Amino acid sequence: MDAAQQQLQSLTWSDAGYLAPEWILIAFAILLAVLDLFMPQRSGRSIIGWLTLGGLLTSLGFVVWRVLDMANKASDAEAAGQAASVTIRLMADSYRIDYFSSMLKIVFLVATALIVLMSLGTVKRAEIPDKGEFYYLLLPAVVGAMIMASSGDLITLYIGLELLSITTYVLVGMRKHAVQSSEAAFKYVVTGGISSALILFGMSYLYGVTGATNLGAIAQGVQQHAADYPALLYVGFFFILAGLGIKIAAAPFHYWAADVYQGAPTPVTAFLAVVSKGAAFAVIFRIVYNVAFYASSPGKPIADDVFLAVNVLAAAAMLIGSTMALRQFNVKRLIALSGVANAGYMLVPLGLSLKGMHASNFGEFVFYLAVYLLMTIGALSVFSVISKSVGHDEVGGFSGLYYRAPWTAAAMIVFVLSLAGLPVTGGFFGKLFILLGAAQSRLYWIVAIMVVSSVISYYFYFRVIRQMFMRSTIDNEVDVPATSGVVIWLCAIATVVLGIVPGPVLDWIHSHFSIVNDLFIR
Amino acid sequence: MLADLPILSLITFSPLLGILVLLLLPKHRSRWLKVTAITATIIPLLLSLWLYADYDGTKGGKSYEEKATWIETSLNKEAVGEVTSYTVNFQYHMGVDGLSMPLLLLTTIVGVMAALASVHVKKRWKSFYIWFLLLEIGMIGVFLARDVFLFFVFFELTLIPMFFLIGIWGFMNREKAANKFLLYNGIGSAIMLIAFVVLVATAGFSVEQLSDKQQINLSYSGSYEVISSNLTDPGSYVNMPADQNQGQDNPLYLSERMRWVIFLLLLIAFGIKLPVFPFHTWMLQVHAEAPPSVVMIHSGVLLKMGAYGLLRFGIFMFPGVAQDWAVALAILGVINILYGAVLALVQNEFKLVLAYSSISHMGIVLLGIASFNEVGLNGALIQMISHGFISALLFLVVGSLYERTGSTELKDLGGLACSMPFMSGILLAAGMASLGLPGLSGFIGEFLSLLGLFGSMKVITGIAVLGVILTAVYVLRSILGITFGAMPERFGAVRDVRLIEAVPMITLLAFIVLIGVYPAVLTEPMKHGFDVLLQQLTEKAGR
Repeated sequence: MDAAQQQLQSLTWSDAGYLAPEWILIAFAILLAVLDLFMPQRSGRSIIGWLTLGGLLTSLGFVVWRVLDMANKASDAEAAGQAASVTIRLMADSYRIDYFSSMLKIVFLVATALIVLMSLGTVKRAEIPDKGEFYYLLLPAVVGAMIMASSGDLITLYIGLELLSITTYVLVGMRKHAVQSSEAAFKYVVTGGISSALILFGMSYLYGVTGATNLGAIAQGVQQHAADYPALLYVGFFFILAGLGIKIAAAPFHYWAADVYQGAPTPVTAFLAVVSKGAAFAVIFRIVYNVAFYASSPGKPIADDVFLAVNVLAAAAMLIGSTMALRQFNVKRLIALSGVANAGYMLVPLGLSLKGMHASNFGEFVFYLAVYLLMTIGALSVFSVISKSVGHDEVGGFSGLYYRAPWTAAAMIVFVLSLAGLPVTGGFFGKLFILLGAAQSRLYWIVAIMVVSSVISYYFYFRVIRQMFMRSTIDNEVDVPATSGVVIWLCAIATVVLGIVPGPVLDWIHSHFSIVNDLFIR
Repeated sequence: MLADLPILSLITFSPLLGILVLLLLPKHRSRWLKVTAITATIIPLLLSLWLYADYDGTKGGKSYEEKATWIETSLNKEAVGEVTSYTVNFQYHMGVDGLSMPLLLLTTIVGVMAALASVHVKKRWKSFYIWFLLLEIGMIGVFLARDVFLFFVFFELTLIPMFFLIGIWGFMNREKAANKFLLYNGIGSAIMLIAFVVLVATAGFSVEQLSDKQQINLSYSGSYEVISSNLTDPGSYVNMPADQNQGQDNPLYLSERMRWVIFLLLLIAFGIKLPVFPFHTWMLQVHAEAPPSVVMIHSGVLLKMGAYGLLRFGIFMFPGVAQDWAVALAILGVINILYGAVLALVQNEFKLVLAYSSISHMGIVLLGIASFNEVGLNGALIQMISHGFISALLFLVVGSLYERTGSTELKDLGGLACSMPFMSGILLAAGMASLGLPGLSGFIGEFLSLLGLFGSMKVITGIAVLGVILTAVYVLRSILGITFGAMPERFGAVRDVRLIEAVPMITLLAFIVLIGVYPAVLTEPMKHGFDVLLQQLTEKAGR
């Protein structure tokens, strides 16, 4: 296909069918906005929450159906002896539906569904005046994340990014009457703006060198011009990396995270920690593997330098995140800093490149992201229940939880152990497989830093356990709303199951994901 | 009969049954909870005794092995070209051999005794026993696991319950002790994990080629057998400096220097647990702050996990490197012996005397290992078992003593032989075993270890013997001080032991005497435990 033809290709009706998951969410968002408008002021808004949940689950159903369909087609093609790629390319390859995007979409949708479920029992009108708005704004945000995972073009990618960013700016400021929330929203808008600017600036350099916005075309262009314009490419890559570093809150670009996570309503904190972060990772994967990977010429190892930069970013995030968390007593800030360290862990497989016989980077990443989803959302829903009962956000709120709600305390142990990376939890295997990947690529220094940072993190994770089991407290009743209970137990059980038999999930990821068809856009 | 049963899994996971029952019981019924927990520790004891009776040292433990795929994950094949499969393979692989059989028995016996000794626990019985039984599962699993990551999972499974047991049920500074325990052991496990991950990514790789079917299976395995056989097999990838076919760097190659590094990592990791001299401070606090029944487990079994891990993964996997380190190991051992003994001499707190004495006695294990001959290695293993029983017995007595006197400071205690003749007798007997009186188990372990070492390092052995003399001094000083001399008046009314305390004391003492007079109960099953290692060492010497 030549360039002119590419530009003319537009969205057809049959193509639109592939986008069902996204359409459904957008339709739900619009309908719920209208419904919210016409509902009497006094009536409860939980119905909107349940409908949001319904929309998310329907969309999830379509994504899963699409994945199964792709798997069937792939096995049919294999049976017929063809090596066909099952990737669906829309609009001149600017929108791709492949395993890369589908796996991430499943993670995003599951995470958002859990977040909505956990909000249903804990979000109160006194705290968030516009409850209806809160629910239906999550939908465009998750659509943004899905677009980021699916895009094969810088333009769609940026649209997804902005859709996600702008809706989350609003969501962070939802607690209108709380000063902290407004402060957080303001900080988030400013840093988010800086981040977008950095990313756009970097993208403009890539476009300048290659004359294309399609990632596949950029890859070819970069391959040709790496020798001629190394400096321009370095600027382009490093600016994009810095911009996305802000989005994933990797040190040294993480300063906004603690304030914003603290000020945002707890469900939004969970959304930022999991979905927002995961979507930015998807973009890093695309840029690093699809573009930077090809940017090497004799004597100018641009690709190696970009991968090294990712490694350094990972190492800094791990070490700084876990050391700064040592002195942190506010749970939401703690989750923010633990999120910095976790961003570091997830950056490790990205920075490994494809060395020697190791190529399972994406599998390691997405498994850890799934585990991180479960433990972070689980821990935050326990926290949201507790902070409501004690009325503050400090770690001290957990004190004596063993006496007040022993089963919730038991679930919290699971989350804490998983965050600390101890068996038998999913967090252990998530880290173990990342470590194995790093060892296969012989990056032993990353292995060492990752392990050291995990040990440092024991100290503050176990602080929560000490509070729960070794302190007593004045009795305030903790009542766990049924919806939060469901979220907590779903997450806890899934974390333990992934900690005992991670095999099937990992195997499914690895046997479907193909670096040739899903990671590289050609 | 026995070989048909998954006996090793049954032993390991039978305490789980107890946990399930405990979860269902109401938490204020302390008597029910205690009976359940004690029963739950008796089941693995009976099963392991059955295994012991059936186990034949000359045949080894092959027939009891259990293997099942635990995690088999296919990796991305595109990086390796045309192969049938490319996987990561971790197995649920349990096995028993001459090295783990005696330790298994030690664990299950001490487990029951510690459960009996836990009658002194005064609060939150339900969660105490749940953590206790989880700890037991972890300990048993450590000695039976034959896959590095399975081993690691069990090893960590002991860490978390211990943290709770120390931190909730300990003495005054319990939380500090628990934190320090977590920190040191966390670092130890982390270092071990690095070593394991590197090993699996290099030596764990193997190629299986079925020539007639054109099938090539590549896999990374965590299996202990695969890793150790790859390390010794000169034809495996891990021993090839460069790929001869293509002349490029072999990513699986472990250079001699990397082997040194891995051995050193393992030495530090298990040295923290053992504990080896500069890494011992955490265990002093645990000895002083944890509840006595937990210290029985800690001193009796957990420290042995360090020595076992060092033997199994450090020495057995890298016999060559380890032998180069023999002198260093011996010197570390001597430092442990003398440092522990000298400091035990000046302690005023009985629990700390025992803690330092543990350091000293674990030093002897290092000496036995450093000998690298059959006599010394057997000595090291017997010393591990014997010290396990002796220190468990001593802390059992400490627990009962504290119950009655409210103190374990040496200056507060004295003349207890008058009011508690039975307990004082047991204490004295345990002390005698600890200082190595012939006829009791301590003697056999020390004697064989030193005898083994004497062949190769005469001077070091000579210095080590000094430590044995010091042992006699500090043991007699503290124990005679407690049992004889003037009795403070307030101890006039204290009662001697109850039956539930006497039973474990007599049982443990019986084992100490049994090993002392008839060491064949141990040497029989472990007869061929070190064959492979010794054979590799002779081969290396021959080359």
